[in-house]
Amino acid sequence: MTRLTAWFTEGRSTGKHTLPFVVILLGVTILASAANLFLPADSIFYVSTYTITLLGKYLCYAMLALAVDIIWGYCGILSLGHGAFFALGGYAMGMYLMRQIGDRGVYGNPILPDFMVFLDWKELPWFWLGMDQFWFAMLMAVFIPGLLAFVFGWLAFRSRVTGVYLSIMTQALTYALLLAFFRNEMGFGGNNGLTDFKEILGFSLQADSTRVALFLITAILLAVIFVISQKILSSRFGKVVLAIRDSESRSRFIGYRTDRYKVWLFVYSAVIAGIAGALYVPQVGIINPGEFSPINSIEMVIWVAVGGRGTLIGAVIGALLVNYAKTRFTAIMPDAWLFALGAMFVLVTLYLPKGLMGLYGQLKAKRNSVTKKESQA
Amino acid sequence: MSTLDSTREFFRRDQVWPFLAPEQAAVNVDNQMILYVEDLNLSFDGFKALNNLNLYINDGELRCLIGANGAGKTTLMDVITGKTQCDSGTVFFGQNHNLLNKDEAEIAQLGIGRKFQKPTVFEEQTVFDNLELSLKTDKRVLPTLFSRLTPTQIDRIDEVLKTIGLAKQRFMLAGSLSHGQKQWLEIGMLLAADPRLLLIDEPVAGMTAQETERTAELLTSLAGERTVIVVEHDMEFVRSIARTVTVLHQGSVLAEGTMDQIQSNKDVIEVYLGEEAASEKAQTIAGATA
Repeated sequence: MTRLTAWFTEGRSTGKHTLPFVVILLGVTILASAANLFLPADSIFYVSTYTITLLGKYLCYAMLALAVDIIWGYCGILSLGHGAFFALGGYAMGMYLMRQIGDRGVYGNPILPDFMVFLDWKELPWFWLGMDQFWFAMLMAVFIPGLLAFVFGWLAFRSRVTGVYLSIMTQALTYALLLAFFRNEMGFGGNNGLTDFKEILGFSLQADSTRVALFLITAILLAVIFVISQKILSSRFGKVVLAIRDSESRSRFIGYRTDRYKVWLFVYSAVIAGIAGALYVPQVGIINPGEFSPINSIEMVIWVAVGGRGTLIGAVIGALLVNYAKTRFTAIMPDAWLFALGAMFVLVTLYLPKGLMGLYGQLKAKRNSVTKKESQA
Repeated sequence: MSTLDSTREFFRRDQVWPFLAPEQAAVNVDNQMILYVEDLNLSFDGFKALNNLNLYINDGELRCLIGANGAGKTTLMDVITGKTQCDSGTVFFGQNHNLLNKDEAEIAQLGIGRKFQKPTVFEEQTVFDNLELSLKTDKRVLPTLFSRLTPTQIDRIDEVLKTIGLAKQRFMLAGSLSHGQKQWLEIGMLLAADPRLLLIDEPVAGMTAQETERTAELLTSLAGERTVIVVEHDMEFVRSIARTVTVLHQGSVLAEGTMDQIQSNKDVIEVYLGEEAASEKAQTIAGATA
């Protein structure tokens, strides 16, 4: 029996943060939602709709950070282009919301979105077909990022491209998409992107209840993805992924096709990023090619680095903290934010190589050793 | 050949079409020979790393490969395990597996385990996990995702832990082991995979005398059931384990035989001790006769 418990506690302790995380996440979400819906606006516990939307946005970023962490923290693949998958998911949702506008647009065309009427297009491009169906658009929100990740990963990992070269390629990927989506002829609204959304599934996007519902759905999906990812990464698959990170050639020589593992993990990560993007767009109300910008993708990496890569919870905490700091900072000194971000990255790299979670681990170890000494004395 | 004949040939009942034959066919060792390396050539930018190398390894043998730096020992292992492509030649595992058209993972799954010169274990994972990853299992992505440790597998890991003497360290991170323990863990990882052929590169580098002795015991106990090829510089160690020694020099086999035969071989003396020593020896012989 003691052997069994030792096996559980010492051998596989990866999932210990899962339950508290889910409880806190859902608890806070439900409290905030209830405070928004049921309290009068002058109560001190009232949570404004603006805050709800902001929190929802943070949770989308947290989900995105999770995606980056899975591929970078666990498999050692530094992707500087995860913004691409996020934006593609966002565009899929944006296209659906665009079609939902119907004839309420400025030009009143029941089929064509405003920007197409403006460009004097006569009919819907083929890739817009079916996007008026919610289920189809959501399918595309996970399928397109997944497909892109599969093709990219298959080509890159099979040719054994690793390290800096791979990071540069991912960066180039998102930059190429940025340039492509800027073009009006692409049919995605050019540099204005897609905006002026009215409703989702028949619910007005301006209504408080819709905002709260989107926030709740984001929180629930984040929790679900967190749990699934934790399960996957603590399975033998996850161990192989760690093994690939630490010594890829050794993993090959014990018989694992490392390129396939990397491709599927990359696809999984891209799908999560796509879902995050799809949840993000209805909450912020716009998607434009700026989301593809390489700077965004680098910021995601910083979230994960600050929180602590290699721990899912660290990625989430990092994303929440950095984005909160960003919100405050850009309100006080908008110009200084990028400097602050850079400084944060340098400091974390120098002094907290394992991020905040690493700091927490160090403090805990210290306290444990102190208590041990005391008990011995 | 008439149409009828070719049709018959096509539908021969004693054969299976190649694409239907199971890929993981058992290794055929009917001739008591497990590894055939023939006419292997490989050059890097004009430097001939392997030069018409021929090597045959019997099933169940313990063979030592020795040779100076650059003699092609590690390159040979790279070619056998699929890490490096050779220019020409053939490498067969048993009679039926051509290793040259397989990649590292396939070769590993066939039952060829390799230990590197520098111990490479998965440092961030426990000793137990390291062995779990090396077990002989279905290593494709989906089966790995849904696999659970079976009691048989746990027993197997325990057995290996006992063999390599790391039973107490099972939940320690592999990165915190000593150098010698890492070497053993790596050998243990090979054992867990239940291989037919073990390629072991410098197993005792950096080990204490006691550890070296235990490693020698371990390797000799493996031979027989499995085939072991050891590359080593430590002559004492080679003498203590080897029955047959192959000397490589400039990418081809210089001599083969027991340790005593090798040590009295003129070519080997010349290459190993340098021409100076050989000429000195010749002089002493000449002096003695005069």
